[in-house]
Amino acid sequence: MSTKSDLLLDMRGIKIEGFSDERWHPIIKGVDLQLHRGEVLGLIGESGAGKSTLGLAAMGFARPGCRITDGQILFDGRDLKPMKESEKRKLWGSRMAYVAQSAAASFNPAHRLIDQTIEASLIKGLKSQNEAKADAVELYRALQLPDPGSIGFRYPHQVSGGQLQRVMTAMAMATRPDLIIFDEPTTALDVTTQVEVLLAMRNIVEQFGTAAIYITHDLAVVAQMADRIKVLRYGEQVEEAETRRMLEAPQEDYTKSLWSVRSIQKPEETSEDYVLTLDGVDAGYTRSLKVLKNVNIKVPRGRTVAVVGESGSGKSTTARVITGLLPPSAGSVRFNGEPLPAALKDRSLDQLREIQMIYQMADTAMNPRQTVGEIIGRPLEFYHGMSGRKKEERITDLLRMIELDDSFADRLPSELSGGQKQRICIARALAAEPDVIICDEVTSALDQIVQEGILNLLLNLQEKFGISYIFITHDIATVKAISDEIVIMFQGEVVEQGLKSEILAPPHPDYTQLLLSSVPEMDPDWLDTLVTERS
Amino acid sequence: MSTKNYSATAEVAHVRTRRTWLHRMWLGLKKAPLTAWFGLIVILGYLFCMIFADLIAPHGEAEVFAIPYAPWSEEHRLGTDHLGRDILSRLIFGARNTVGIALLTTLLSFAIGGGLGLVAAINRSWLDQILSRFVDILLAIPSLIFALMLLAVFGSSVLNLIIIIAVLDSTRVFRLTRAVALNVVVMDYVEAARLRGEKLGWIMRREILPNIMPPLVAEFGLRFSFVFLTIAALSFLGLGIQPPTADWGTMVRELSTFINYLNYDLRLGLLAFIPGSAIALLTVAVNFVVDWFLHQTSGLRDEH
Repeated sequence: MSTKSDLLLDMRGIKIEGFSDERWHPIIKGVDLQLHRGEVLGLIGESGAGKSTLGLAAMGFARPGCRITDGQILFDGRDLKPMKESEKRKLWGSRMAYVAQSAAASFNPAHRLIDQTIEASLIKGLKSQNEAKADAVELYRALQLPDPGSIGFRYPHQVSGGQLQRVMTAMAMATRPDLIIFDEPTTALDVTTQVEVLLAMRNIVEQFGTAAIYITHDLAVVAQMADRIKVLRYGEQVEEAETRRMLEAPQEDYTKSLWSVRSIQKPEETSEDYVLTLDGVDAGYTRSLKVLKNVNIKVPRGRTVAVVGESGSGKSTTARVITGLLPPSAGSVRFNGEPLPAALKDRSLDQLREIQMIYQMADTAMNPRQTVGEIIGRPLEFYHGMSGRKKEERITDLLRMIELDDSFADRLPSELSGGQKQRICIARALAAEPDVIICDEVTSALDQIVQEGILNLLLNLQEKFGISYIFITHDIATVKAISDEIVIMFQGEVVEQGLKSEILAPPHPDYTQLLLSSVPEMDPDWLDTLVTERS
Repeated sequence: MSTKNYSATAEVAHVRTRRTWLHRMWLGLKKAPLTAWFGLIVILGYLFCMIFADLIAPHGEAEVFAIPYAPWSEEHRLGTDHLGRDILSRLIFGARNTVGIALLTTLLSFAIGGGLGLVAAINRSWLDQILSRFVDILLAIPSLIFALMLLAVFGSSVLNLIIIIAVLDSTRVFRLTRAVALNVVVMDYVEAARLRGEKLGWIMRREILPNIMPPLVAEFGLRFSFVFLTIAALSFLGLGIQPPTADWGTMVRELSTFINYLNYDLRLGLLAFIPGSAIALLTVAVNFVVDWFLHQTSGLRDEH
């Protein structure tokens, strides 16, 4: 396209610092970024790499507690850095827009969607109320929202997460900005929803020739969206290239490690010795509404069963039934051949110890006021009555097992990286010496390399201690890597259970097919191919 | 870095500098506004008077001298009252009684209200309903009048005073504790503790309490001010701390009769304002400190 020679954004030598612990720390250490009109730039890197900070700096904005110390930000020839806040406000929301990760948290629940969509146009005086509303409906249509004429009159809680994310894109588009920053817009969505949202966003950006910065840590997603990809690490640029060239021939070691398709390969094994069985379990939060309908799952000893499905399919509810938080209304849970009491309070200390849980968000799974030593030490005292030296030694052992050292024992959770936090949660589960560990989306909040480290660790531990895992996830790549058996759930029912090779091999039931085909692949043409196939 | 030599220990995390408790406090104080400094100094002054009352006070608490209504002199810095007791000494001992009793009452009300609030937040069933509705009923009755009534029924001993005000005041502590604890109860780490089989006491003390401390500490300051004012008001009305125990509320009442002589002797007429301002000053000082503390911990500040 000829328009791409037209430079829209030119950031040079950007340095940004953040204030914490009584000092200013560098977050971005001198990064250049150029963006042409109508071009989509993918910004990728692990969490803490400074992606979002750089994305916001492209709008001349620094988050509270941050400051842009050096560099220039030329937007359409004007330098944003020395510009007054009031001047920048004129640009924000009219010529630049921002689409945040969590649509649900970004909408005002008290106003209708359409009023929020057109708000910016009205404030800037770009359109009259009626024009703006008519335009919003057009945008909803372009974004393939169902019933575009009336969906705007709903409130945020009345539409799904994927629809809300598209409405937010419409909101950003309403003023026809030159630049949109997408900050991980699909990270919180299911794979099946993600496909629709990605497609809608890509089409509308193309249609209006908007330049965009697409921030994500998912490589397969960025491959679909971006013309060029920039890789960031520790606030510095690692590499930048056209998408295709980047995918085919990454230059730097770090980029290569991101690109290498997950290397874990686990031969599937099965066992007739079932440690845990769910028999015809029905469960629900109210008497009338059943979330689980006749669920049968068998967990072989020392193996991994992956429970796959989109959100609302009953995966986490199944976990709550097994742990005893939600007693089932029908059916039974058997552990080592014996029926397990339905309610938590009826279970013996040993039964509690045998089933441990690891959560998705390690952040909220650890008490922020307890040190790592206290977090891991508690199950040791509680289940095994350890104290003093013996406990200390065992804590050190456990930290070694999860590949950390004993210097971590007196750190607080806030002083750990995302991967380290999840490892501590694993150590806490291990400390109980359980037979079964339920892993609820344990890697979905982590970056590629860290994910792989965690999965490898889990597999090693399984080999060493013969622990069975129930692995709840919607990430098919993870499932392929580590599971022995797969359970596919849809709307509270088990669609299939079987060996990994059986489930992943065609022919599939319809739902399994939809789920498997929605997983983005590292091929820039994947989305197009999928669209042709589905239509 | 390739996957082969990936190491979990090497992941970058933001490790804070290890500082002692004292050092952290000093860093916080350095940035405190003047009002907070003023408040802290005043509170320390009051505490000093409370603890060393016996040493600082020139005379005994209830020591009666020959001349009532004595003017200001070397012997009696602020003169004597209608029974011939040294006013300055009574003022200093009053700090111990008024502030001490208010502190005890506030502590008791936090023990009751905080404890029940935590239980209600964790339990969230019929117990929560019963406690919350009971608290609503208590809150519907004006507390000063209710306290007066109860004191009239049970008699106004110091113990009754403490218990009655603590119970009435614990309703507000209950509501706050329950509200902030509810946000913490839904966290995964509380669920994890439950799954581990932890008892209620552990979950309250170790999992929830440390995470709701900042708002509770701030509320403690505010509630202390209110309790302190309530006790002073009750004493002024004659139902609070009973003579001969020195107390600022009682002193205001006793000295207020001198206001009639304001035209003849300014110093004598204004005597009632001295214990009055002692009450006001402490309340203001506590509020300054609470303000600063709330601002520090509420997340209202722009720090990331």
